[in-house]
Amino acid sequence: MLYFCSGFNDHFYTIFGMNRVFNRLFFSLIFLLLTPLAVLSQEHENEDHHEGHAKEKGTGEMILEHVTDAHCLHFFETETFHATVPLPCIVYGPNGIDFFMSSNLYGHHGEPVPYTAGSGTTYVLDKEVMKYVNEKGELVTALDLSITKTVLGLFIGIGLMLLIFTKIARRYKTNPLSSPKGTQSFFEPLIMFIRDDVAKPAIGPRHEAFMPFLLTVFFFILICNVLGLIPFIGGFNITGNIAVTLVLATLVFIITSAKATGHYWMHIINPPGIPLWLLPIMIPVEIVGVISKPFVLMLRLFANVTAGHIIILAFTSLIFIFYGKFGVGGAVGASVVSVAFSIFMNLLELLVAFLQAYVFTLLAALYFGGAIEEAHHGHEEAHH
Amino acid sequence: MESLSILLQEAAGATTGQGLAALGAGVAAIGAGIGIGKIGGSALESMARQPEMMGDIRSNMIVAAALVEGAVFFGIVVGLLVALG
Repeated sequence: MLYFCSGFNDHFYTIFGMNRVFNRLFFSLIFLLLTPLAVLSQEHENEDHHEGHAKEKGTGEMILEHVTDAHCLHFFETETFHATVPLPCIVYGPNGIDFFMSSNLYGHHGEPVPYTAGSGTTYVLDKEVMKYVNEKGELVTALDLSITKTVLGLFIGIGLMLLIFTKIARRYKTNPLSSPKGTQSFFEPLIMFIRDDVAKPAIGPRHEAFMPFLLTVFFFILICNVLGLIPFIGGFNITGNIAVTLVLATLVFIITSAKATGHYWMHIINPPGIPLWLLPIMIPVEIVGVISKPFVLMLRLFANVTAGHIIILAFTSLIFIFYGKFGVGGAVGASVVSVAFSIFMNLLELLVAFLQAYVFTLLAALYFGGAIEEAHHGHEEAHH
Repeated sequence: MESLSILLQEAAGATTGQGLAALGAGVAAIGAGIGIGKIGGSALESMARQPEMMGDIRSNMIVAAALVEGAVFFGIVVGLLVALG
């Protein structure tokens, strides 16, 4: 790979007389298309052995497993070895708080097994929901505060953000007038984009107060989305978890309501320019609108990210489906198409990652702007 | 008609409810196609009329498309939830 990158294309003849850039792209594509063959021919054997001692996992189940939360970080599995990293479990059961590693809750083949914690409660994972056995012998959902895969992803995102932004801030403090370099030069256009093209037009002259929140939200969503796209690190699905987006949307709702002037509420009860007979219809609509705007914000981000992950997983499992039906030949043929589509979908998902962060931030800024705007020329006609 | 659906159920291993949910998700995708198609069409038209506003129009088109997709994804997620559980 290093030899390839260091000027392979500059020394040899170019393919088809293309220029150097296309030559490089062409060879990368060939390598990309060939590598899955090597990987897949290995994985097929494992898939085969799996059918032996466990019910073959359907594609739907596999996709759901990857998209929902989990109590361990699962990298890959061969017939004898499950490469998983167990994560700590913190559960508040009927006998108090229990701390234990989630490896106690998984058996040899990854199936859930019950575990009796220090306080005496027996916990078991029912489809990744932590439940305990109560006195009557039935399963009750426990208060699960564990470090799950999503929580770990959140911590990674937070850590990355702290690293990046303290580095940038330090450079600004020590060298405010020098030209940006490195991390600063990568993130400064994004920060200025949020300030000049999102916050200032939407909120107006008092946008400085909202900049910390908008910047945090934008970079948090961007980093979490991109983290979910990286394969082989455990498959994080942070922004695709409706609880995470629920919190983000709730924060937007709280800030909008807290910073809203009297005008904002008056316009909900009495929208300007509405004839009197429409008012009984408009008032419920506006009141529902107050809740539905953050709700749609939450749903948009969640659905976009989850749908993207499901599509990529579906394209990847296409290969295994074809292997099941047509053997190795079918799998190889499907892999060419699947890899091409996966590359395309991953690029599209990269665009969607940035776009969803931008749309969330833009809409949050618009809601803030709408909340803090004072009466101005636009409203005079309605208030005479 | 009933025997056909039972046959299909046997073949696919799914219930009628799941099949209808999949159908609903597909119909929601039609909404996306129509909405974003209209947005893209009018954006292209206005870009052809006024090439100097291309950047502005492009950004607004993308924002409007993302908003329309938000509504569509709501329908798709409902279909997914019913189909998979």
